[in-house]
Amino acid sequence: MSSSSNSSNDFITDKYLSWGRIPKVSQEIRYLEWLSDAKFPKSEKSILARGLGRSYGDSCLNENGILLSTELYRRFLDFDEKTGVIRCTAGITLEDILDVALPKGWFLPVSPGTKFVTVGGAIANDVHGKNHHVAGTFGCYVKKMALLRSDNKIYEISPNKEIELYKATIGGLGLTGIILWADIQLVSVKSGFFDGEFIKFSSLDEFFEINKESGKKFDYTVSWLDCASQGENFGRGIYMRANHSQKDFSELPKDPIKLPLIVPFNFPSWTLNNFTVKAFNFAYYNKQFSKFVKKTVHYDPFFYPLDVVKDWNKIYGKNGFYQYQCVVPRDDNDKAIKEVFKTIVESRSASFLAVLKEFGEVKSPGMLSFPAPGITLCLDFINLGEKTVKLLQTLEDLVKGFNGKMYPSKDTCMRGSSFRAFYPNLNEFKKYIDPKISSSFWRRMNNS
Amino acid sequence: MRKIVALGATSLIAQETLKNFAKDKDSFFLIGRNEEKLNEVAKNLEVLGASEVNVKVVKDVCDFKAHQEIINEADKMLSNFDNFFVFYGVLGNQKEMEEDFSKAKELLDVNFISVASFVSIVANKFEKEKRGNIAVISSVAGDRGRQSNYFYGASKGGLSVFLEGLRNRLSFSNVNVLTVKPGFVATPMTAHREKGLLFASADYVGKTIYKAVKKNKNVLYTPCFWWGIMFIVKHIPECIFKKMKM
Repeated sequence: MSSSSNSSNDFITDKYLSWGRIPKVSQEIRYLEWLSDAKFPKSEKSILARGLGRSYGDSCLNENGILLSTELYRRFLDFDEKTGVIRCTAGITLEDILDVALPKGWFLPVSPGTKFVTVGGAIANDVHGKNHHVAGTFGCYVKKMALLRSDNKIYEISPNKEIELYKATIGGLGLTGIILWADIQLVSVKSGFFDGEFIKFSSLDEFFEINKESGKKFDYTVSWLDCASQGENFGRGIYMRANHSQKDFSELPKDPIKLPLIVPFNFPSWTLNNFTVKAFNFAYYNKQFSKFVKKTVHYDPFFYPLDVVKDWNKIYGKNGFYQYQCVVPRDDNDKAIKEVFKTIVESRSASFLAVLKEFGEVKSPGMLSFPAPGITLCLDFINLGEKTVKLLQTLEDLVKGFNGKMYPSKDTCMRGSSFRAFYPNLNEFKKYIDPKISSSFWRRMNNS
Repeated sequence: MRKIVALGATSLIAQETLKNFAKDKDSFFLIGRNEEKLNEVAKNLEVLGASEVNVKVVKDVCDFKAHQEIINEADKMLSNFDNFFVFYGVLGNQKEMEEDFSKAKELLDVNFISVASFVSIVANKFEKEKRGNIAVISSVAGDRGRQSNYFYGASKGGLSVFLEGLRNRLSFSNVNVLTVKPGFVATPMTAHREKGLLFASADYVGKTIYKAVKKNKNVLYTPCFWWGIMFIVKHIPECIFKKMKM
């Protein structure tokens, strides 16, 4: 019967890039397929497990090393429909979980802006979502994990067992071992719909005004910001807030029709320019006519608006793009975030997907977890070469000055000195790194 | 709800196809070589919604004497199954088979003879019951022989012709026979080759097989553009074709 061994099919390729498609690297690819014969790969080279490569920078790359792909390691191991604990292999995606769990009344406790990420990746980056201010990060819901390390032992780790290794693995960028499976605690819901409110705001001050009341009344909050408009339109955007719908099924709208859109090839570099970016931002702001809209929405358009466009990253052409996310603590009159945003808008190199949100106080178990109390800002930059790198360094210095931090899975340019300042637990974390595991990001941090 | 017997259930295409049936709450009898892997596939199907999953280890599909017994056991476990899918097959090494025919015979036994044996047993059962679905993975490589893989091509071509004849016979008994002809499927075996536009994901191929079974289709080229490619390939005159390097 047909089956395939891992070792005989190794190959080196430059096809496995990160979502931002910068940098371009060459790596050896191997596959993890079965739990029953999972072995730590034998090689002189370093290893890094990889899910779907949705990290934007180089944290999911291992230049000249081995990437252990979990694409084919995608199976459920158990689902307790009474308690809502689902056990799955690292390659299961958040979409897979929603497909299985929602019909039984369970939902993801935390979800990032795409469902095309694996559970392994969600843990390794300790991802967060629109409900961070009440729910914390994905790592808060990992009840147990199995970690394969280079001593070829499988470690079962949890908040009660091998606690330090557990804490290091959550948000640990895949450096502590290969996650084989995890138990995720889901949350109970009535349906996959949300009762949402969408409010236009014309300035950052107005955003903070709306934000003040929203955090208490709504479990999910996020804002889209126009990052192309200066002058009187500076800081305008749309505030989105929602709760799980409590409506009966009979009152709910129909599931949205899914139109699959694909970006089949890299767009030429002139597609995105100041004019098209401005036009997009203008259109997005004005697609909502009235100041306040209230409606019940399906989770797909609410959580994953970009997932309908497959391979949307290719819009940025073969040069790729930079994604940027920082968090800065709240201060007097929110000076810090305003200054960061002003620097971005004035650079005129931001693109269309700027997102603003307030993180809450819920603490993640992860040693290297990114979210911290404060305001987080996230956006794309078109790759304009040196100019963009300079801007990112200016922002990095600004954020450092404001005692904020940056998100490794969305970074391509950060300097090691800044990383060490952002993550004071780093020395503690290093004790748990597996000596055979490394990544391009990790080497960059140690060498700068 | 269907009661499905799947041979070669740990193959990638099998896993991806069966997932879709599990969501319909179907019951399964999975046959494969490795018990632990079969159990992993089984558990996944259960979580996805399968009503019942049984596994059976069969080390050698060419142990022909055991075939009837295996089918009987499946029939008992599922109390009369009505769907029979065959996913297994080997690619073989063309050069080695050219030099050592015993290797070619092994491939022909696995890919064609053993499948024909299993399917014949099941065909008689379904014919009597006047219902049932048979789906077998053949290949576009069986549509025309090429110098680079004609042993494999012959095994799949033979299989396609066998299924064609069987379809004709069973059409009078309300039994559907589906011949699946996948093109290039991205698997660890093909990963080192360029993943060009011709390569489809196993996930996609699995979905198309699921739909074809439900629609009682006869022949499925998947992805469908392979029908067009093979139409052209089949119509190249032999005097030209024999000189081509394919």
